[in-house]
Amino acid sequence: MTCLPKNPSAKKLGLVIDLDICVGCHACAVNCKEWNAAGQMAPLTDIDPYGAEPDGVWFNRIHTFEAVDSESGISRTVHFPKSCLHCEDAPCVTVCPTGASYKREEDGIVLVNTDICIGCKLCSWACPYGAREYDEDEGVMKKCTLCIDKIYNENLPQESRVPACVSTCPSGARSFGDLGDPKSDVSKLVAARKGYDLMPEQATKPVNKYLPPRPKRVGNATAPRLLEHKDDSSDGAGLLARWVDRILTA
Amino acid sequence: MHPAKSVIFFTTATGAGYGLLFWLGVLAHRGLIKADFKFGLVVFAIAFALVIAGLLASTLHLGRPSRAWRALSQWRSSWLSREGVLAILTFIPTGLFALAWVILGDNTGIFAWIGLIGAVFSLVTVYTTSMIYRSLKAIPAWATGWTSPGYLLMSLTSGGLLISFMAAIGGYWPAVDWLVLPILFFLACGFVIKLSYWSIIDRPMASSAETATGLGEFGKVRLIESPHDQPNYLLKEMGFKIARKHSKKLRRIALICGFLLPFVLIIGQWQLPSLAVYFLGVAVVVTMAGLIVERWLFFAEAKHVVTLYYDT
Repeated sequence: MTCLPKNPSAKKLGLVIDLDICVGCHACAVNCKEWNAAGQMAPLTDIDPYGAEPDGVWFNRIHTFEAVDSESGISRTVHFPKSCLHCEDAPCVTVCPTGASYKREEDGIVLVNTDICIGCKLCSWACPYGAREYDEDEGVMKKCTLCIDKIYNENLPQESRVPACVSTCPSGARSFGDLGDPKSDVSKLVAARKGYDLMPEQATKPVNKYLPPRPKRVGNATAPRLLEHKDDSSDGAGLLARWVDRILTA
Repeated sequence: MHPAKSVIFFTTATGAGYGLLFWLGVLAHRGLIKADFKFGLVVFAIAFALVIAGLLASTLHLGRPSRAWRALSQWRSSWLSREGVLAILTFIPTGLFALAWVILGDNTGIFAWIGLIGAVFSLVTVYTTSMIYRSLKAIPAWATGWTSPGYLLMSLTSGGLLISFMAAIGGYWPAVDWLVLPILFFLACGFVIKLSYWSIIDRPMASSAETATGLGEFGKVRLIESPHDQPNYLLKEMGFKIARKHSKKLRRIALICGFLLPFVLIIGQWQLPSLAVYFLGVAVVVTMAGLIVERWLFFAEAKHVVTLYYDT
């Protein structure tokens, strides 16, 4: 059923991506591919993987942008991971003619039922964020599942029940949680850091939020002194050391 | 957007086919064409061939054509689904109308009314086709108020020129004469609507690399490292760039062939009835050529907002 849920639960599972921390290592994309190539959406077909023009299904892409302030000339380099935002008003869901595309009532995750998808690609046209991927080999659309087969997997230890991109991030730039609950850690993080929506003018109400880079230090931008304990005096040293110090200083 | 041949053929062929069915219904209702067997057989064969070939072309571009029937289920939310349902429903009145015309030799009374219902259904189907594109906010060029009027008018003009040409061959001169004014009117409207459409899509989009990344507060945003060094599905499907290079010339060709030349040729055949068949034959050919260019531009010029993440 491709109407959006009439009575969505308050639960909105999603990601918070901290652009201040991301180092652009692509580990999230790689671990996403690794997990999902064997998960709910498997396989994630690659076409010509070792050839001159490799192509394939990936749910996570890391762009690197530069923002330059025209007045000050100060530039920022920002690594920018992008995956499905599991929008509240997901346009990819309502355009689907078959009912293959749907938004889960219980947690808001947007999924594709690849058993009934006809591969018309209209959902990929409707998504402003490029979250939909076409599997040429299978003739159906695929997308990020928020690792639904990992986050609810009772065979895994509790700390592993987060999306693959989150568990693998070496810098801790990705957080996972319930963005519908204002008391959750992710919601507090978004509130504290002024998390924002991508392309709000598209009115898709993304669940995933992005945290902006922290302000750059301007002016006397020397590195902080780390050697606060620099040894100038012999106060507090042992008796022998103080005696040697006095002789050599004299 | 990538201008797929199957989708260009689908929209232009079904547009012309439904336009033809619309005018057949109207002409029968006004009693301007009698239910001649040979004439009916040829025009309905052409109309249904255009519609069915177009619809089949649209299913052939699917990843899983054998599952196409599933597309009829989500008419509550999806314009693509509505289009499929309407296309099938339209076969009922137009099919009955065609059978009555060809087999019973009757297109008057109740059958004329069925023809008129078929005419309405034909236009509604064209409208649903246009709404598939109109409803996509992520492609701002399509999400304008001019998209649907454009599709409807071009269906009316291409179908109208086809029926005029065939009515001229069949010797139904009152029908040919009656069609002159509405076709001229719709050609003029189509011309104005395409100009308005292009002036709207030439304006900058509301979305930008700054809103797409949310980094606008730090300054002008540009991509310095792509996520992948080969084009992926997104870039192949949405990142089409050739059109913008030739768009001025192609727009001129679309306007001249799609609207201006047929306008002149219609007036020409009106003034020189002895040459009407030739004038109308040429008009049909140039119009279809013009509309194919127009439709190619409709896809190729439309920029998807996802390309903002790729600096294309």
